[in-house]
Parts: sequence; structure tokens; C-alpha cells
Amino acid sequence: MLRQIEGSQAVARVVAACRPEVVCAYPITPQTHIVEAIGAMVKSGELPGCRFINVESEFSALSVAIGASATGARAYTATASQGLLFMMEALYNAAGLGLPIVMTLANRAVGAPINIWNDHSDAMAARDAGWIQLFARSNQEAADLHAQAFRLAEEVSLPVMVCMDGFILTHAFERVDVATREQIEAFLPPFEPRQVLDPAAPVSIGAMVGPEAFEEVRYLAHARHLDALGVIESVAEEFAEVVGRKSGGLVAPYRTQDAELVVIALGSVLGTIHEVVDEARDRGLRVGALGVTTFRPFPLEAVRDALAGDARLVVLEKAFSSGFGGVLSTDIAMALGGATARLSTVVGGLGGRAITETSLRRVVDDALEGRLGRLEFLDLDRAAVERELAHMAGDRRSGPIAENVLRAIGAGTAGIAGRRA
Amino acid sequence: MTFSQFQVRFHGRGGQGVVTAAELLSVAAFYEGRYSQAFPTFGSERAGAPVAAFCRIAEREIRTRAPIIRPDAVVVGDPTLLHSGDLFAGIGREGYVLVNTSGDLTDLDLDRRLAGLRPERIVALGATELALQHLGRPVPNAVLLGGLAALCGVVGLASVERAIAERFPGPVGTANQRAAAEAYARVARPAELTGASPD
Amino acid sequence: MSGQPVRFFQVGSFAAGNRLLPPELRSVQSDATRANALTSGHRACQGCGEALGARYVLDTAMRATQGRLIAVNATGCLEVFTTPYPQTSWRVPWLHSLFANAASVATGVASALEAQGRSDVRVLAQAGDGGTVDIGFAALSGLFERNDDVLYVCYDNQAYMNTGVQRSGATPPAARTATTEAVGPEPGNPFGQGKNLPLIAMAHGIPYVATATVADLHDLEAKVFKAMSIHGARYLHVLVPCPLGWGSAPAATIELARLAKETGLFAVFESEHGELTASSPIRRPVPVEAYLRPQTRYRHLFDDAGEVGRPDVVARLQAMADANIARFDLLGGER
Repeated sequence: MLRQIEGSQAVARVVAACRPEVVCAYPITPQTHIVEAIGAMVKSGELPGCRFINVESEFSALSVAIGASATGARAYTATASQGLLFMMEALYNAAGLGLPIVMTLANRAVGAPINIWNDHSDAMAARDAGWIQLFARSNQEAADLHAQAFRLAEEVSLPVMVCMDGFILTHAFERVDVATREQIEAFLPPFEPRQVLDPAAPVSIGAMVGPEAFEEVRYLAHARHLDALGVIESVAEEFAEVVGRKSGGLVAPYRTQDAELVVIALGSVLGTIHEVVDEARDRGLRVGALGVTTFRPFPLEAVRDALAGDARLVVLEKAFSSGFGGVLSTDIAMALGGATARLSTVVGGLGGRAITETSLRRVVDDALEGRLGRLEFLDLDRAAVERELAHMAGDRRSGPIAENVLRAIGAGTAGIAGRRA
Repeated sequence: MTFSQFQVRFHGRGGQGVVTAAELLSVAAFYEGRYSQAFPTFGSERAGAPVAAFCRIAEREIRTRAPIIRPDAVVVGDPTLLHSGDLFAGIGREGYVLVNTSGDLTDLDLDRRLAGLRPERIVALGATELALQHLGRPVPNAVLLGGLAALCGVVGLASVERAIAERFPGPVGTANQRAAAEAYARVARPAELTGASPD
Repeated sequence: MSGQPVRFFQVGSFAAGNRLLPPELRSVQSDATRANALTSGHRACQGCGEALGARYVLDTAMRATQGRLIAVNATGCLEVFTTPYPQTSWRVPWLHSLFANAASVATGVASALEAQGRSDVRVLAQAGDGGTVDIGFAALSGLFERNDDVLYVCYDNQAYMNTGVQRSGATPPAARTATTEAVGPEPGNPFGQGKNLPLIAMAHGIPYVATATVADLHDLEAKVFKAMSIHGARYLHVLVPCPLGWGSAPAATIELARLAKETGLFAVFESEHGELTASSPIRRPVPVEAYLRPQTRYRHLFDDAGEVGRPDVVARLQAMADANIARFDLLGGER
């Protein structure tokens, strides 16, 4: 049903239409609207057969989901940022146990300094936890991906994390065609667990495995991830057949044919990138974009195919590995056979810093003219950074860096609105 | 009204409902068959803090996620914000300005800042008083929305009223609809404005 | 008191056999048809109190639920010695997730069963004292305050035995552990630290809280039966001596558990909805040194001849026992 709706509400409705049996959550901005909406549906009776559990931490939120999923129930939770890191141990555990839990990650920066706004540091921190990680470009895709996530998770017995940009998507009102319960019922079969706690056929789940088999167990998780690459595509196709709309999949190329420059990114910034691509094309520049929808498992082949040719590549990342550089960039380079001079990493949008079309236009122009270094930081206030570096060099007790930087940029009265480009 | 894209920036304080106003504007535009996108400048929630919210309305799918830098209209929910940063940054000569004040616009010392804009597009509206009158609460968002609809015509009053009813069922919605309608009438017929007309 | 209608004064050890009980009250340790949640062949140390306690708790819960039981286990000795794949000793559906989350996982299991309408299947969570009073405390408190339908059992051996006998929040004062060494002027675990989880559980106002030891298995069984007759959050705290960590003879496990209770150091009681409802009386008061002496974790309190070398410390421990006796009225009914 086509609605003008907040992203969180759209996701909540689709999750509810998937008929979860146990939903548990601990509140963290900007995930709250999603679980509040589902909680209300459970309490009002609109979502029968579902238990909503208010837990005392994110660690327990995922732990409740683990118990529920192992008992054969369809389980869902949502979190962000510090919450994801607080549940990190359970994150690995859910994946290791092969429990098909679906979780929304409302992407948010990770402190310190504490910051409630969007970037992808949280998702990147969980990159190796064994979860399937899907990134939504829009609220339409975020809503659709949740239906696909349950199907995918249950088919391959792996947990799935649907990443949607905090605030930018979760709090944005826009047009979303919310899949109906009837459509979901036609698309999502009942949950048939591979392993279940059942007194009629007792099994031990989660026991210790020694060196004699640990590698094999781990390899099988990898093998299921590789299987998932195919399943993700077929699930997206089947979703399109049932719902009549293409969403999800491995990668999303946009005007990449004949492109001299391809901008690669995850999540909602792709919308802004598409605008900039169209505008560049209008200016006669051969620019395209590549969205990586499936980040784990990483679609090496699909990326390689999409980037065939010798176009310059800019990977725009809302996270990076301190002391190293881009995270997605590394994977892209891997897909292309290793480090390549044609690839630049541009880190931007950290902690909610707006990525504007003006800045992206400049990135495109710089890249096309060969002015872009291997690692760039979008709209970085060089003067403020240099000033603090000098300050630290001159004063052993230079104090909290974050405060010094804010003083250096002269912030304090305008608030974050003042940081709009 | 024809346009390819119309962008509105709302400034207010936590509790005034400017985020809701932006959302309702997007819903009203949706009812009229347009694409629209509303989003807040996301702060940690607390009453009284400065809040900004955005609404883009367009004839085709809106893909950008960038904040609104060149607004076609700026709505100021609380005139005390006028001293904390440039609320009108990026507004063009054809832009619209709606300020919530029951006083005189000239007292707000906006002349220099808004020089070059068309005077009839700069309007004061005693939105908080209207809200108190209709709702018994100083929440001026529906009033501002009615005023904005009258000022720039980007959405019709009927769509605003429908959006309000959908969001706030029952008596609260009805009261808000009445408040929006009165604001619409006041702005549409400037002679009846409580404040002086802009010079 | 729920468990013990027959007094066994005629047996000096108080370890009366089944023959003195009516058939319906007898333990069924050797009955071929008994529920057997935890089979023999597991890898616990000789004299492991936890293995004994867990077996009786689980078997009783199985009987109470006609075998419709799911067990959740925290990381710890019990998890390790009962399982390494493929040699699980469990004949109940059993899930181990992590160290700190047994309570929350159990909530998840219970919630799933509720959502699926399977009200016949019950849930039991179990952990050691580390997984309960320390790392799993927040999750357990969450389970309590939500009153989730789970029986949570803590097997308290008073330290982190699985990792090599380090101090936990349940380690008693003066006890030597690998992280509270018997050196310096105040050897062993400091006084004035640690927490009493049964009392904390009571403060949550949950329907049922009980303590027990492996010295009185009839009492333990009766409490598990009672717990399984109740819905909501229930907490059972079982003292389980650990020969390895306590430095005691494997054959002394039952005796030490009994002495812990008879000295008053470990109060055996029941509570409903936050109110104390019953306590197991001390039958023959014993000074604490009788309990301390057989354990090498308290060796620094005695001299080479086995005489009390630190009467000041022993007196403080005796004062703790006396306070328990007064608080729980442990001599009241039986004097």
C-alpha cells in the first residue's frame, strides 16, 4: 500500500507483516521508532501471536532473540551504534549457532566522542561477526529488505542485519509502497528451523567444539555465506514477482556503462550520488555509480562484473579503519584483484556530517581530473585539524581533543545546524 | 501551483512541533500526487532546544539526502531563534518567510536580512496565540502549516486538513484543523492579519 | 518447610536413606525408570557438588513437567564438563549461548513457547555463581523484574572454578582463591564484600526464591517441585562444594555442604513474593571452624597443628554465621 510514511514506521509494518513471534529491544536512538511501533502493534492485539520483550540491555535483546530463535520462533530485534557493540558477543554467537534472527541496524556513529548521528562505523565493527549485512538505499528498499531478510535468513540459517541510515532514513517521511500482509504471506513461507529445542527430540545446542572440528564448522558458515550470494539474488527476484517491485540483490549499478568514473557507496548516500551522476552526465561527463546492497557476504564477482573496464573508482565511505583507510575500499580492491591505482577512497558523512551535492560534485571533478589522492576526507576542516595538531605538539596537557576541535571551528552557538555545508 | 521542486525549512524549538509540521506538509503534498520528503535535523530530544526540519516537494522521485541549503520558504516557529544563527541562509529573492509572532515584523529587525525579497511574501502570524485559542496548548505547528499553505500555495488547505486528521484522529485533530483553517484564512486575506503587513 | 516431614535423629550423619520415607517421597536415584536429564559419563571432577546438584535439579524438574522441559546453560564448569560435542550428557533439549546471558536466553525460550502456545513446556536456566552474581547479574535482574516464566538455578561453588579458582562476588570472606591469595596481613578474600543473591532476588518480589545444599537432596527436590508448580520468575540458589576450589576431599562434598548449613554460614530458606516463608533449622549447632578446617582455602587460618592460628578471622566468620542464625531464625524451631 502506497503511503507517505516515516521510514521507521514502514519498516515496523513490514516486520509485523512477517509475523514475528518474539520481538525484543532496548531503546537506542535512532532505532526507537521502529520498536515502539511494533510494541504498540503487539500491545493493541494488531499483531497476534507475538511477544514483545522490554529488556535491560542490547546484550539481552539479542540474547532473548537467540533463545527464541533456537526454540523455533521467528525473532526480530533492532539496534544502533553502541547498542550493536554492546551485543557484540551475542552477535558472533547468533551467527555461530546459525540462528536466522533478523535485526535492523539504524546506522549511527560509535563513540567516543559520543555522537547520535549517522555513519557506518557500527556496521563495519560487526563486519566479521558472521551476519549477512544488507544496506538500504531508500526507505522503500529498507522496508522491502526486511521481508527479504526473514526469507533469506531462514533459508540459509544465518542471521541477517538490515542496515538503514539512522535519521536520514529512519526519521525521513517519504513515499513507500508498504508490502501488504497478503503479499508477504505469498512470499515468506513458515519458519522451518534446521535445529530446535524440542522435548520430543532433545538436542544439545551450543556445546564446545575443539580444534578437531572448529575449522570445519567455521568453513561451513563461510560456505553458507557463499550460498547466500545466490539466494539473495533469487529471493530478490521472487520478491519482485510477488510484490511487483525490484529491491535488494547484490549490487545496484547506475549508469555505469561507458563510465570513466564510478562512485561506489553503501546506503542512502547513493540517492544523492545518483543526482550528482545525472547532473554530471548532463554536463557531458561519463560518470556512474555502484551501490553495494549486500556487504556480507561480499559479492566479489558481481562487483568485478559491474566494474569491468578501466574507469576510475571513488569509494565513498561513511566509516574507516583508523591507521589504515577505507573498509569497503579494501573489499572493492579485492574484487578487482588487489590494490589498484584507479581507486580512491573518500571518507565522509562521519557522525552525521551532511554529504552535499556540491561536495560530491567536487569529488567527481577532482577524480576525473586526477586530483584525488588515495585517501581523502570529505569537507575536512584542515585548519582546525592543523591547529589542534600544533596545540598538542606545544602542550603536553593539551586536554580533550574533541573540545579543542570544537573551539577551533568556533562552534557552540549554532549547534549542528551550523555545520550544514 | 507549478514547480519542479519546492523546499521548505522549518525552525523552531523542541515541543513546538516543527518536525511534525514538516512531516504533515510532506503528507499533504503526497495527497496531491507529488513526491515529498520530510526530515528533521536530528538533535538529542529535549524541550526547548533549537530544532530544524525540512520538507522537499517535487514532481519526480526525490533521491537526494542532503539537507536543504537553498530553501524556497523558511518558517520560523519561535522568533527568539532569530538571534541564534542565520535562519534565512540560502533563501532566494523569490522566497517566502513565515514568522510566528503576534507582534510587528518591523520590530524583529529583519529588513536588512530579508532585503530583496518580495514584501508580500514575508508574513507574520500569531501562531502560538491561535494555537492556544483552538487547542488550549501553545503548539503552533498546524497553524504554521495552514499559514504556509496560504502564503505559498504549495499545498491546498484541504490536503493539510486531511494530513492533520490522519495524524491526529479525534478532537485533537479537529481542533488542529480549525486552527490551520483560520491561519490559512488570515494569511490568504492579509488585511485581517493580526500583525502589521510587511513593508 | 516443604521438604522433610521425617526427622532422622536416629542417623548420626543426618544422611537418612530412602527406606525411612514413604515411597512417594523417596528419591529415585537408582530407579531404572527415573528421569535422567544428565547421564553418567560426564567429565566433572570427583566429588563435584555441581554435578550432583544439577542432576537432582534437572531430574526433578523433568519429573515435575513430565519431561516437557528445556534447559538453558551459562558458560561454566557445568557447561564444559557435560558437553564437549559430540559427547553431550544431556537428555533434555539444552542450549548454551554465552556466559552472561543465560537468563535472557531463557526468557527468549519462554517467550517463544508462549508465542507458540506451548504452555506445557517449561524452562530452566542454570549457571554457576560467576555467571549469576557477577557477569550475568544484569540479565538475571531483568528476568526477575519482568517476572518471566523461568526457573533460574545458581549452583554456587563460591568462585570461578572453571578458569582456575578466581574470586567471584559469591566468594566468602577469608577464602583463598587465585586472585585473593593467602598472603599479607588480611589473607584471602576481604571481609565486607560480595553479594547475597537470594536476598537480592527476594527484593525483586518474585513469586519464589529458595536456597538449598547438596547435603539435603530431598529438600532440593522438594524445592524444585515447588518451583515448577509456580509460574513466573523463580530463583533457586544451591550451595555446591567444589573439591578443587575449596581444597577439600572429594568424599567430603556432602559433609561440607551440611556443615555450611549447620554452622549457619549458609542459610537454607524459602521466600514467596519477597517474604521469608520458611527456613531449615540447624539441628546440631556447630562452630564455624569445623567447616573451615577441612578446606585448604582456609588453611591460612590454622597453624600446622590444625589449631586456629587466626582467631580474629575465625571470630568474624563466626559472627557472620551468628548473624545468619538470628536473621533467618535458624535455631528457632529446633532448639
